[in-house]
Amino acid sequence: MSPFAATFRRELALLWAGGGALAPLGYFFGATMLVPLAMGPDRALLEVAGPPLVWIAAALAMLAMLERLFQADLEDGSLDQMLLSPAPLELIVFAKGAALWVAIGLPLAIAGAPVAIALQAPLERVPLIVASLALGTAAFVGAGLIGAALTASVKRAGVLLALIVLPLFAPPVIFGASVASGEDVGAALTILTACALAGAALGPIAAAAALRLQAE
Amino acid sequence: MFAFLANPARFMAFSAWAAPVLLAGALILFAAGIPWALFYSPPDYQMGDTARIMYIHVPAAWWSMGVFAFMVGASFVSLVWRHVLADVAARAAAPVGAVFAAICLVTGSLWGAPTWGTWWEWDGRMTSMLVLFVTYLGYIALWSAIEDEERAARLAAILCLVGAINLPIVKFSVDWWSTLHQPASIMRSGGSAIHAEMLGPLLTMAGAYLLLFGALTLMNMRSAIFRRRVENAELRKAQS
Repeated sequence: MSPFAATFRRELALLWAGGGALAPLGYFFGATMLVPLAMGPDRALLEVAGPPLVWIAAALAMLAMLERLFQADLEDGSLDQMLLSPAPLELIVFAKGAALWVAIGLPLAIAGAPVAIALQAPLERVPLIVASLALGTAAFVGAGLIGAALTASVKRAGVLLALIVLPLFAPPVIFGASVASGEDVGAALTILTACALAGAALGPIAAAAALRLQAE
Repeated sequence: MFAFLANPARFMAFSAWAAPVLLAGALILFAAGIPWALFYSPPDYQMGDTARIMYIHVPAAWWSMGVFAFMVGASFVSLVWRHVLADVAARAAAPVGAVFAAICLVTGSLWGAPTWGTWWEWDGRMTSMLVLFVTYLGYIALWSAIEDEERAARLAAILCLVGAINLPIVKFSVDWWSTLHQPASIMRSGGSAIHAEMLGPLLTMAGAYLLLFGALTLMNMRSAIFRRRVENAELRKAQS
């Protein structure tokens, strides 16, 4: 089995054994449930504020998944094995990110549909919201790999990780929420795709550089 | 000059007199620039005396970005040549840059209240300055969260380079976003040609900020090096 496929399957199995997307989905539903409770059920207000809030909740659900991403590998010695492997560490990190996106990002994007409908988003815009979330979670994973790798050796890294990663989330949030709100969709969707691709390309490189230091 | 200073012993000898000289220069320029800017420069024909906060605000904005660029350079040197002084320099500059960014945000807010009628506006420049400030905080927090100094230095250097890629993207995104959300921005593009009588104090203040940055960074670096020496001495004492 190729190193990519092996890591991808291992990560999927680990994520699945850890409850899969259940906890982040529950977080996503719970966070978006609080929105109408805080804002009131006013339909007109929700139509405007709903889609961006779906985006914020998805970003936070993704953020919550990052802390343990490399910490477990560092603690149980898997990281040393990855470094010893002839496959480039960047590829292994990329596989981990891909597995995270498939196991958590895509379910979040799909769950965005019922949540957006419940928050009174116009029905014809729901496919667009799901597509924007699928791309956006990929960009979040790219940025998150960097933050998780930088903080892998820090105990209780949660807040520090958020502080590092949230500025990196800014571009995808801007363009993703713009797509979800139906403003200037074509241009925003193009740039959101660019964010996702840049995250997929640059995230593993920076994360691998950080992980090499963590293992020293 | 950098090759000369790359030797820590020579650096300490150089900074021992360079830091106080820079500090004295900064104080002289502030002593000249602040009265010049706040009392003797002409008031703005539209904004009157409130425009004078510009002399505090604009140099802080310039140098908060300049300091970050300095840190990016130092981080690059640190990652490529693994030089310990580059680590120390980047770390020493970060709090100075963060305070400059905070000064820029606070004075901008104070200036916005009377002229725009609001303390905060999600304008493109303000938002990207806020992101820069948060980036500084993340950088400082990462440094202090990791105990092993050498590892902390390299990881922080990676974060700095990532931030250097992120910040222009944020700048561009936020510009795009704010033009989308606020077609009638209160930031007018008028008043771009600055009068020579205002340029003098502005450049003096910018020079003062730069010298202050140099002095504070050198002093931070010196104290970091002294701390490391003390720790090493204690380690030797414990081992013997």
